Amino acid sequence: MFSHKKVERNVILMAILILVTVSIGGLVEIVPLYTVESTIEKVRGVRPYTPLELVGRNIYIREGCYTCHSQMVRPFRDEVERYGPYSLAAESIYDHPFQWGSKRTGPDLARVGGKYSNEWQVVHLADPRAVVPETVMPPYEFLLDRLVKTDDIAEHLKANRAVGVPYSDVMIEAARQDLLAQADPDGDHEALLERYPKAVVGDFDGDPKSLTEMDAMVAYLQILGRMVDFADYTTDDFRQ
Amino acid sequence: MEGFFETLRSLWVVWMMALFVGIVAWVYWPKRKREMEEHGRIPLRDDGEE
Amino acid sequence: MGSHLWGAAYMAVSETRGLGQGEVIYEESSVRLFTIATVFWGLVGFLVGVVIALQLAFPLLNLDLPWTTFGRLRPVHTSAVVFAFGGNALLGTSLYVVQRTCRARLFGGALAGGFLFWGYQLFIVLAASGYVLGVTQSREYAEPEWYVDIWLTLVWVLYLVVFVGTIIKRKEPHIYVANWFYLAFIVTVAMLHIVNNLAVPVSWTGAKSYSLFAGVQDAMTQWWYGHNAVGFFLTAGFLGIMYYFIPKQAERPVYSYRLSIIHFWSLTFLYIWAGPHHLHYTALPDWAQTLGMTFSLMLWMPSWGGMINGIMTLSGAWDKLRTDPILRFLVVAVAFYGMSTFEGPLMSIKTVNALSHYTDWTIGHVHSGALGWVAFVSFGAVYFLVPRLWGASRLYSEKLVNYHFWIATLGIVLYITSMWVSGIMQGVMWRTYDSLGFLQYSFVETVQEMHIYYVIRALGGVLFLAGALIMTYNLWRTARGEVAAEGPAAAAQPAE
Repeated sequence: MFSHKKVERNVILMAILILVTVSIGGLVEIVPLYTVESTIEKVRGVRPYTPLELVGRNIYIREGCYTCHSQMVRPFRDEVERYGPYSLAAESIYDHPFQWGSKRTGPDLARVGGKYSNEWQVVHLADPRAVVPETVMPPYEFLLDRLVKTDDIAEHLKANRAVGVPYSDVMIEAARQDLLAQADPDGDHEALLERYPKAVVGDFDGDPKSLTEMDAMVAYLQILGRMVDFADYTTDDFRQ
Repeated sequence: MEGFFETLRSLWVVWMMALFVGIVAWVYWPKRKREMEEHGRIPLRDDGEE
Repeated sequence: MGSHLWGAAYMAVSETRGLGQGEVIYEESSVRLFTIATVFWGLVGFLVGVVIALQLAFPLLNLDLPWTTFGRLRPVHTSAVVFAFGGNALLGTSLYVVQRTCRARLFGGALAGGFLFWGYQLFIVLAASGYVLGVTQSREYAEPEWYVDIWLTLVWVLYLVVFVGTIIKRKEPHIYVANWFYLAFIVTVAMLHIVNNLAVPVSWTGAKSYSLFAGVQDAMTQWWYGHNAVGFFLTAGFLGIMYYFIPKQAERPVYSYRLSIIHFWSLTFLYIWAGPHHLHYTALPDWAQTLGMTFSLMLWMPSWGGMINGIMTLSGAWDKLRTDPILRFLVVAVAFYGMSTFEGPLMSIKTVNALSHYTDWTIGHVHSGALGWVAFVSFGAVYFLVPRLWGASRLYSEKLVNYHFWIATLGIVLYITSMWVSGIMQGVMWRTYDSLGFLQYSFVETVQEMHIYYVIRALGGVLFLAGALIMTYNLWRTARGEVAAEGPAAAAQPAE
């Protein structure tokens, strides 16, 4: 009869048994997410980030915005009323890594795109208390002084493609050009919009000549939650 | 044959419970009591603190 | 103070002093180093915790510098207290316990122990310095970037080899239960660390990488890792500490060795499934959420099985709690473990989580487990180890251990209660409708209400830090072999 004694005495066997025991839970919960329809379905409108949005998103990660802000509207009446339609799994399909967040010291940002003007975002990011006196948000004025590094943007798109984001060869070649065009009032916006529909274009940080990290951050914030056009979806499309 | 395995699989709760009860029964089996509690004394036998 | 402590202690560490049972000379130089690092990083982690708590109460303390904003300091705090303080406590105690319960010298001896120590400290410094410069993967409790992850994997493989090697060449036929928990901790953290940190770097010479997973799959993988970093790093590992140090300090065998077998296998199996309770009502499919909730509820059983096993070890010797402050630390730690692992399953219930998610209630729960259980059981273990590791007959002062205990406990109570109140209040305010059917409060109105609780919480943190400073002073004097002239000497420790 199998006796626990053998397990107790043989550490290698115990390590293997532990590994088996702890792998069951993970497999049952993670593997189906790659097959079950509700988690891999595509939703019209969701597209990879433009180069400028991607730079803005990397700054969002660098500064740890996720430690105070979530990007996940839950299907509750008060949240849908406060923030907008609840978030769909497909909306974060190209988010490497996901930014759903786990704390709301500040408000949820999943639908903040287009809610405030570029100017409001710039003033608020630079000095939050100037706009919202009661806020505890740190100031990010240095974003106005830092220029965006443009030489390796194509590498970033390639790395994203390596993990599954469908950047085409054209997008990768035009990456630097799109990066500069998006925040330049008289840049080539048609080509950019043709590759990245609904991208917000034009100057963001109030200084059209220079491409600053503030441009990138506001470009990212302004697209959050605006890719999916909820007008042409009814709730029963999303019933799981 | 396929149906048979399918029903077996669907009874996974039963097998889990049987496994758990088996482990509990084996561990609390009366004749093992002395040996088990003896293992509890291992830390105390160190440095002659017994 | 810290550097001074390092210097003198390094001198004391150089000559090996294995006080063993006749033939076995235990390797204790690395255990001494890990113990010093535990105290040192504990102070650093608690201090950064107090700083960022104050930043939330008084935002001017962000100092308008990129390196000192809350966003960059928060991972420094979590990594310092979990991986640096908790990690060093686990590494140190596991190397001490595995040798003693197997009656075998450490596999690879002082060399392996030394490399393991400095390799792990390098991991900590690489991670913390990265965060401050903005180098992070933004995966909670797995923020270090890809090159740091690779280095930790190497150190962790060495740790597994040294730990398992020591067990293989043991003289004691039976592997004591504490080692099972340590083994489960090492093996599972290795699996979690590797799977959760799969990423593609932009360039082999750059720090930035993009995670392999995305969206809902990434969320599930992250919180499968996140909750089990708590489950196996902060629970299973520290249960190993409980199963050795409580019996040793109480001088009684564990309450029921048979219960520990049930406790071990059920905890190891169940904990893994609990991840989805971090994602209730998100875009994660409903079946996964329900699975996470159900298993989190079941987790209450093995957790309390462990608590009962630990506390009931005192049956017949409850009086020691009155006289022995070290035992009080260890046992109150297990009580906090019981409280926190009761609150956890409660919060994993979807309707409760609908209120608690994203609020300070979660922070209160985390710190009841972190301060109450992890830190207290580590303090108990360190108080037990330092006299033995430095060959001192007893601690410098029992009175100071009592001061540390009561100041720290008061700090925990202030922390938890303020977070409960602010968390539940904010959760309710978010969902309150006025008589006309409109949302009653704007978001910033709820933030405004938080201020007083952020202040109380920061005060709780200051008290906890103060207690740790008292401990550091007490241990510093102990390591120098001094004894305080205190009134009637409390129950003297059993001299080596």
